[in-house]
Amino acid sequence: MTRKGRRLTLIASALAVIGAAIGLALFAFRDGVVFFVTPTELAAKTAEMRPNARMRIGGLVQPGSVSKSDDRHVAFAITDNQTEVKVTYAGLLPDLFREGQGVVAEGQLVNGVFRADSVLAKHDENYMPREVADSLKKQGVWNDGKK
Amino acid sequence: MIVEIGHYALVLALALAIVQGVAPLVGALRRDAALMAMAQPAAVMQFLLIGVSFAALTHAYVTSDFSVVNVFENSHSLKPLIYKYSGVWGNHEGSMLLWVLILALFGATVALFSRGMPDDLRALVLAVQSWLSAAFLLFVLLTSNPFARMIPAPIEGRDLNPLLQDPGLAIHPPLLYVGYVGFSITFSFAAAALISGRIDAAWARYVRPWTLIAWIFLTLGIAMGSYWAYYTLGWGGFWFWDPVENASLMPWLAGTALLHSAAVMEKRDALKIWTIFLAILAFSLSLLGTFLVRSGVLTSVHSFATDPQRGVFILGILIFFIGGSLALFALRASALKPGGIFAPVSREGALVLNNLLLTTSCATVFVGTLYPLALEAMTDEKISVGAPFFNLTFGPLFIPIVLAMPIGQMLAWKRGDLYGAAQRLTLACAIGFVGAVLLYAMRGGPIVPPVLAGLALYLIVGSFVEIWGRVSGGSSVGAMFSRAIGLPRSAWGTAIAHAGIGLTLFGLAATGWGVERIVTVKPNQPVVAGPYEIIVRGLEPRDGSNFRELVAHTDILEGGRLIATMDPSRRSFTTRTMVRTEAGIKTIGLGQVYMNIAEVRDDGSLDLRLYWKPYVALIWLGALVMALGGLLSLSDRRLRIGIAKRAATRVVAQPAE
Repeated sequence: MTRKGRRLTLIASALAVIGAAIGLALFAFRDGVVFFVTPTELAAKTAEMRPNARMRIGGLVQPGSVSKSDDRHVAFAITDNQTEVKVTYAGLLPDLFREGQGVVAEGQLVNGVFRADSVLAKHDENYMPREVADSLKKQGVWNDGKK
Repeated sequence: MIVEIGHYALVLALALAIVQGVAPLVGALRRDAALMAMAQPAAVMQFLLIGVSFAALTHAYVTSDFSVVNVFENSHSLKPLIYKYSGVWGNHEGSMLLWVLILALFGATVALFSRGMPDDLRALVLAVQSWLSAAFLLFVLLTSNPFARMIPAPIEGRDLNPLLQDPGLAIHPPLLYVGYVGFSITFSFAAAALISGRIDAAWARYVRPWTLIAWIFLTLGIAMGSYWAYYTLGWGGFWFWDPVENASLMPWLAGTALLHSAAVMEKRDALKIWTIFLAILAFSLSLLGTFLVRSGVLTSVHSFATDPQRGVFILGILIFFIGGSLALFALRASALKPGGIFAPVSREGALVLNNLLLTTSCATVFVGTLYPLALEAMTDEKISVGAPFFNLTFGPLFIPIVLAMPIGQMLAWKRGDLYGAAQRLTLACAIGFVGAVLLYAMRGGPIVPPVLAGLALYLIVGSFVEIWGRVSGGSSVGAMFSRAIGLPRSAWGTAIAHAGIGLTLFGLAATGWGVERIVTVKPNQPVVAGPYEIIVRGLEPRDGSNFRELVAHTDILEGGRLIATMDPSRRSFTTRTMVRTEAGIKTIGLGQVYMNIAEVRDDGSLDLRLYWKPYVALIWLGALVMALGGLLSLSDRRLRIGIAKRAATRVVAQPAE
């Protein structure tokens, strides 16, 4: 094989691998990407969203809204102090899930109720999911947690 | 007083680092032996100074000196002693001090163990390394001073984040940092080679041991982090494609590619430009990881208190070093002569394919990790790219790597025989295929786990075919044994490291056969998980030094017979008013029973997460085996540090294996 032929083989295989990677990435981006919204944004955008689109919503757990049933079904509301979204979740809540605290739920909106399949809470008492902190700051209800 | 000495030592180290960054560089350019000779003592002294500084901070932690802000914010007088030591790096300031300590450690090691290296190369390497030290020392002193005092001193500290009060904190960060920072040496070597313009097979030989050391530690650090997350986060996951994990995976992928391309450069004097580029890339990705974790653009348990000033500073360091080295690269790379030629089907060709696939998969991880950040910066839309994206992109790209690994080992340098290689792999293919079919018949379920497990079996067997071929010609068992001993250690290293990947892959495949149960039980009420019965016998409150816990004494039964017990618990940490669950984990064979108490209800019943995870231990054992392979390669005579100079003269004459 000539030097040119070798180089062509190399370039062709490189292009094939990179092409495959780009193809896979574009394909995966369709389903693997989840949008983060606040309850207010969710209310505003409900109409234009794909039905059953997966998303994450973040905010505070509305105090007094948490109710647990015996079969580990939990219902609560996530609020950004403007809009409230009802959330249902079947499973075990994280250790740091508390009323009035920051939380992120991932799932789908079904008939106006957000059906979550995972719920994330903070890591420690200073930590707040950044998306939640940002959106609360935007609403002006954030106190910086300064000691 | 001791704290002030520590602070002062750090300032001295910075001044010394600047001298070490300039004098040897000038010396190397002017061929001034005296200036070049400054590099070695300076590097050792710099390490000692930072060591003093680190010891001073450790002293403040161990004696609970709460007049130091950093100790006040992250420690507590009642904290167990091991966490007083490991807590030194369980916060932003301390972890950056550990980072510069390891940076200086690598500089000092090069200074002490490089007798065979040309003087100008050593001087340049140490000068570049010192530029890195200076930048990070400046960062620590200006934005993250761990020695800041507060007057009056508080009586009690605010304690360490309970998630970090774990033996994992003593092991994971140092291992990972040695890996991350270890690539700084390969970076310094690359920059030195570009400055001096001497880029040849001997250079690849000097660099290889350092790359291997960094790679071994990074492998162990990632595995340890994964196991820590697995047992501490309580939902049985071990890899979340979290940006912080990706930040450590990317340098690992680039470093693995570098190990392989450096082998080509060393043996065949080819792929020189590419190898230098990978050396720059691996450390650039380490720096990127530091930026992602330390700047606060991401949230995770790894990002401590955030401060935008720090992010901008690290970004500045990142741009300076990556930009500078790439500019140097662009200036010099065109002057390089292409090296040895090879046919597409050859050992070199296989290693090029390996590099192509590794860097491409690294690129997909890069895109998935940074795309959300870029999108948010440009459009203000927030998205998260989760596991499905990475499984769909990284997974398919990794499968051809696995398929090609044993074939590549079998091909000769320059021109290989693909058909012959495939023929010798018949047994490995057969074992993989039969294994997959058997596992499918036994376990049922979706097709993916048995296919991946078959692939893993093929890889494990295939890794040793080449060695078997070289050993099996012996006339007796004894002769074969002595042949096996006589093989180069690097051949064993390659086979064992590849088999380690196979073991990890098998463990990953086996997650498909796991059992997950979420149940509410009363004490003494049995639950079935896989082949076992789990019974919580009773709850017992206990007091720890800085926490209280509720322990669930639990029995594991197989066929009605008690085979093991475990004690999962829920811990309440008093100072931070935080609850953390301690999962109960019992290793049975290679599988694990995993139990986590999510909630204790008022009526005494428990909400449990219960898992049976067959072969799960292989995921981390595989990483240990990979590291063992790396260690064997490192111990190979040919690579011993210092031997390279003598060997360099012979490199042309060396026959292609």
